[in-house]
Amino acid sequence: MPAHLAHKAPDPISPRQRQVGRACRSSRSLAPFAAIAALALTSAAHAEPLMDGGKLVLTNGISTVEGASGGGLATWATIAGMETDRGIGISAHVTGIELADYGWQSHGLSVGIRDRVELSWARQNFDTRNVGAALGLGKGFRFNQDIFGAKLRLVGDTVYGSPWLPQISVGVQHKRSLDGAIVKAVGAAAADGTDFTASATKLVLSKSVLINATARLTNANQFGLLGFGGPNQTGRTVQFEGSLAWMLTPRLVVGGEYRTRPSNLAIAREDDAHDLFVAWAVTRNATLTAAYADVGSVATFDGQRGGLVSLQFAF
Amino acid sequence: MPFSLALALLAAQPVVDAPPEDPAAVDWEKEFGIEKKVRDPVTGEFPVDPYAQDPANAGARPFAGDGMARAFGGQDGIRSIVDRLVDLNVKDPRIADIFRNQDTVRLRRTLFEQICFIVGAGCSYTGRDMKSSHKDLGTTRADLNALVENLQQAMREHKVPFAAQNRLLSRLAPMDKDVVER
Ligand code: HEM
Repeated sequence: MPAHLAHKAPDPISPRQRQVGRACRSSRSLAPFAAIAALALTSAAHAEPLMDGGKLVLTNGISTVEGASGGGLATWATIAGMETDRGIGISAHVTGIELADYGWQSHGLSVGIRDRVELSWARQNFDTRNVGAALGLGKGFRFNQDIFGAKLRLVGDTVYGSPWLPQISVGVQHKRSLDGAIVKAVGAAAADGTDFTASATKLVLSKSVLINATARLTNANQFGLLGFGGPNQTGRTVQFEGSLAWMLTPRLVVGGEYRTRPSNLAIAREDDAHDLFVAWAVTRNATLTAAYADVGSVATFDGQRGGLVSLQFAF
Repeated sequence: MPFSLALALLAAQPVVDAPPEDPAAVDWEKEFGIEKKVRDPVTGEFPVDPYAQDPANAGARPFAGDGMARAFGGQDGIRSIVDRLVDLNVKDPRIADIFRNQDTVRLRRTLFEQICFIVGAGCSYTGRDMKSSHKDLGTTRADLNALVENLQQAMREHKVPFAAQNRLLSRLAPMDKDVVER
């Protein structure tokens, strides 16, 4: 008898009993007696946990600077949290960016409901340091903003299903600057605004590559930190966010992102942003991301590039 | 007359014959009219309902060339990866219940054939199709993810390069609708 056949297997049971044994995970006996008892108890005794952390590591993405799940800069079609279509997951993150002349800190929370709906909140704090004094705002003046997001997965799955059908989601991000008077003084048309996103994300397993493309309708200036709209352009325009990531191991991903942005304000040019990142799932529930980020010119100070570090906990 | 009352009560008692039966000694299969299945003396497998054999039952087309077969260590490598996968699954608290009382002798053979067929290591797949093999198992997406993690562990332990691991998964991933039930 070949070695692989030498394993002991108990007697097979009928499909119906199989389902009972499955539905009531404590039922270990094969006897029909126990199966019938289990059948009677199933409805009462069996409550499935809403959180069992069943998602594959890293397929929840990390938290973007706007709080939605995705890469660091680009919103992806992913749903936050570690739960699958039968659970409700949560995640929390904190991100710090050191730029040439500015400091950035953001944090937030999100909830993923049945891998279908994502609700997120993020607070951004943008420290102008010495630039604040130069602009007459005062040294260390901070622009602050709250972002409330909602995302709905329409079709597809990042990992499973047809390799030609990506996970596709649509989202809204309502942004509220907490410095209304100042952003209007720099020329913004409004202190709050709403972005609309449509994203497609797929892990191309045959190439170990994750691809994301997102279209964003937005009139935000510097993500909204400098308000919405301006003398150059008041309304929303379509902008693009792309990410390409390469999986090195199930827990380690490296990649890059590119994000186009409108330049609505007359007083200061706004550039496209890009980054190069490494994301490491330290454990099932903790992901550490380090990136080199370049956002170009911010409030007349050019060459704003530097390092990003982000830590996310997800369940 | 307390004496006659006691007598009457005694008479009303049921006749105690034998001590209650030991449930373990009862042949419950017979009691409930369940047909007993016996292992094939040669293969060690239990019989399954008849089905049409077709390599297409494997649910994926095979890779061309021998690169994938070599990455998996040929038939010997695949056999020990599958054995490790089944061992991990039956011990994994997340999904062990689904494998309890299943014919893992047959499963080891058919899973071996399926992976051997897909990576192009020179096997034909003789098992059932994915939809009917997983009917009534009550599997979820989370169960599938658990199984994928176990497969990744088995492949990693057998030094299958990560890119080749993902290439195999790329052929299995589209089967999710057939192997996930709820
Ligand atoms: C793409 C993923 C999967 C593949 C390729 C696969 C492959 C197979 C194959 C080839 C068989 C044997 C068919 C036969 O006996 O003719 C089988 C049976 C089985 N599979 Fe899967 N399977 C997958 C997912 C799962 C999952 C997620 C579970 C549960 C966690 C599972 C549990 C079982 C069980 C319990 C049997 C035995 C059923 C029986 O003998 O009646 N499988 N699978």
